[in-house]
Amino acid sequence: MTGHAGRAAAFVGNGARLHWHDQAVWFVRNKRDVARGFIPEWEELRSLGSQIKAHTLSRLPEYLEQFERNAAAAGAKVHWARDAEEHNRIVHGLLRERRVTRLVKSKSMLTEECHLNEYLEAHGVEVVDTDLGERIVQFRREPPSHIVMPAIHLKKEEIGELFHERLGTPAGLSDPRELTEAARVHLREKFLEAQAGLTGVNFAIASTGGVVVCTNEGNADLGTSLPPLHIACMGVEKLVPSPRELAVFLRLLARSATGQPITTYTSHFHGPRPGAQMHIVIVDHGRSRILGRPEFRNALKCIRCAACLNTCPVYRRSGGHSYGVAVAGPIGSVLAPHVDAKKHAGLPFASSLCGSCSDVCPVRIDLHHQLFAWRGELARRGLLSWHKRLVSRVAAWVLARTWAYRIAGKLLRVFGPHVPNPWTRQRDLPPMPRQSFRAQWRKRVRAR
Amino acid sequence: MDVALFVPCYVDQLYPQVGLATAALLERYGATVHFPEAQTCCGQPMANSGFFDDARGLARKMIEVFAPYEHVVCPSGSCTSMVRNHYPDLLPDDPGLVALRGKTFELCEFLHDVLRVRPQGRFGHKVGLHQSCHALRELRLGSGSERLVAPFSKIRALFEGIEGLELSRLDRTDECCGFGGTFALAEEAVSCAMGRDRIADHERAGSEMITGADVSCLMHLEGLIRREGKKLRVLHVAELLEEATR
Repeated sequence: MTGHAGRAAAFVGNGARLHWHDQAVWFVRNKRDVARGFIPEWEELRSLGSQIKAHTLSRLPEYLEQFERNAAAAGAKVHWARDAEEHNRIVHGLLRERRVTRLVKSKSMLTEECHLNEYLEAHGVEVVDTDLGERIVQFRREPPSHIVMPAIHLKKEEIGELFHERLGTPAGLSDPRELTEAARVHLREKFLEAQAGLTGVNFAIASTGGVVVCTNEGNADLGTSLPPLHIACMGVEKLVPSPRELAVFLRLLARSATGQPITTYTSHFHGPRPGAQMHIVIVDHGRSRILGRPEFRNALKCIRCAACLNTCPVYRRSGGHSYGVAVAGPIGSVLAPHVDAKKHAGLPFASSLCGSCSDVCPVRIDLHHQLFAWRGELARRGLLSWHKRLVSRVAAWVLARTWAYRIAGKLLRVFGPHVPNPWTRQRDLPPMPRQSFRAQWRKRVRAR
Repeated sequence: MDVALFVPCYVDQLYPQVGLATAALLERYGATVHFPEAQTCCGQPMANSGFFDDARGLARKMIEVFAPYEHVVCPSGSCTSMVRNHYPDLLPDDPGLVALRGKTFELCEFLHDVLRVRPQGRFGHKVGLHQSCHALRELRLGSGSERLVAPFSKIRALFEGIEGLELSRLDRTDECCGFGGTFALAEEAVSCAMGRDRIADHERAGSEMITGADVSCLMHLEGLIRREGKKLRVLHVAELLEEATR
């Protein structure tokens, strides 16, 4: 077994850890429930967020150009990247021109999506992720397992071991406060040494040309306040029309993500600081393709809060790495096939279609319906296995004929318990009834 | 009132008692029950696997089979949702579909919304309610823990007049059991882990039995319960109500 199912089975294999991970992530879902409970108009706010995004996406080219004009007027330079490769090249070009070899980064799922770190390191740039969770997974040379909590798959003891190895903390140290303090000291040096700072973008405001970055650690501010170059990387879908609309998303984002009323830092960048430079790289990387597919368009409303991951019973029990993509969970499973449908054909099936994701989504993305639609799309493109296709075809043939269905049902009841099948590896079949409902119903009708 | 039973294929073959309880219950509340014998399966397993073309023919067959009837009632939230929410994707231009979607009901919503009955009876057990996902989030039989709306549950409302029935208090009131159709096989490991966690929640809460509106979820849970030799019983809401109001 390969793909998500195989990796998930390995994750499930460690029962104690599975339970711990499920509880840790569910805890955050609960915090979200409490936080949104304080907003009586929560459901209206979700609708509003969804509608604002729909509006913005419907005239994205105009808003993007408006943003570019206003950003330029504020003193920033905007670059356009068609895909991940072009994005990485632009960022590297900006660094190379200024002979930058030490870069600090705050969290950006986009750069994870583009594999920017690997690219820059291959070109001799030292990249330091300054978000604590990101730094932890960077030390381990693994991708984040969660959009908002990159190291949620790790226990504090493991982080203690890692820091002992990498930062020289005392062996056996696992107190979160002391570990965080050690990371602070380490990162402070990196901030001071950095020649450039790169941030993600949570929202880009068309009417002002500013970008907004939300963090809990203040690392975006530190990373952009010291070095003379700030590079902000964003997907085309990050636009909001004006600060008025921004307010709606700021109310939705942190509550949905971590159950906080608002992130500790909400940093607005309108042009560079005096004496510094600001460059904004706007990336498409498959997004306009999604925009062109009406049944999938809503996925571009995503504000990367990860509420769908936290509520997903499959994510909680398979871990972020089982998805094999930068953005895991339900939203990742609907986005990844747009980039490479063949490679990620298993992801739309990594869901029981329970629909919890769609109901927590702060911008009302119809996630589980998109997963369902993707399954159809994958079949249509011939990307599902021939044996699945054959089983479906045969079953449909039988079920289309009532007589054949009756015979098949009888065979199932007589021989089913004796034929090895994947159902019975961990589960019993119910006791097989001698007669089907229809047979018993017929008797009842006759007896009247 | 004439009611045609839409009995899901796996209920027909593996849980005939649920079909019989559904019929008995509907008759008890004054409906005249028919079972159109040409019916087989709504096509959800194929659609769920992505093979919409294979499901399409079965959707047409469903429209044809149930055309003569005033109401169609099904003891499954998932199969009802297939007709109501997914058939339009399969047959966008079918004129017969509008009628079928409008008259197809899951059993509990039919009792609650159409017949408007509040069953009276006795059932002296502590029962755990499994909120099957499609009944909850696609048919909206209840409010669900995710949304901030006034709490309601049509199934709980049907239990209100049943003396002695105590509902257990679960830690996670509406988490998926992990059945998920073909998911149960394709992602067996996660599916079974989800099921075990649900069962553990019911055990902690002291449920003597687990009930729900979908036999498929119950079959999955029962399979794990039996394999592990646990004491819990499962029964469909139709069986519970039929027994309680006898």
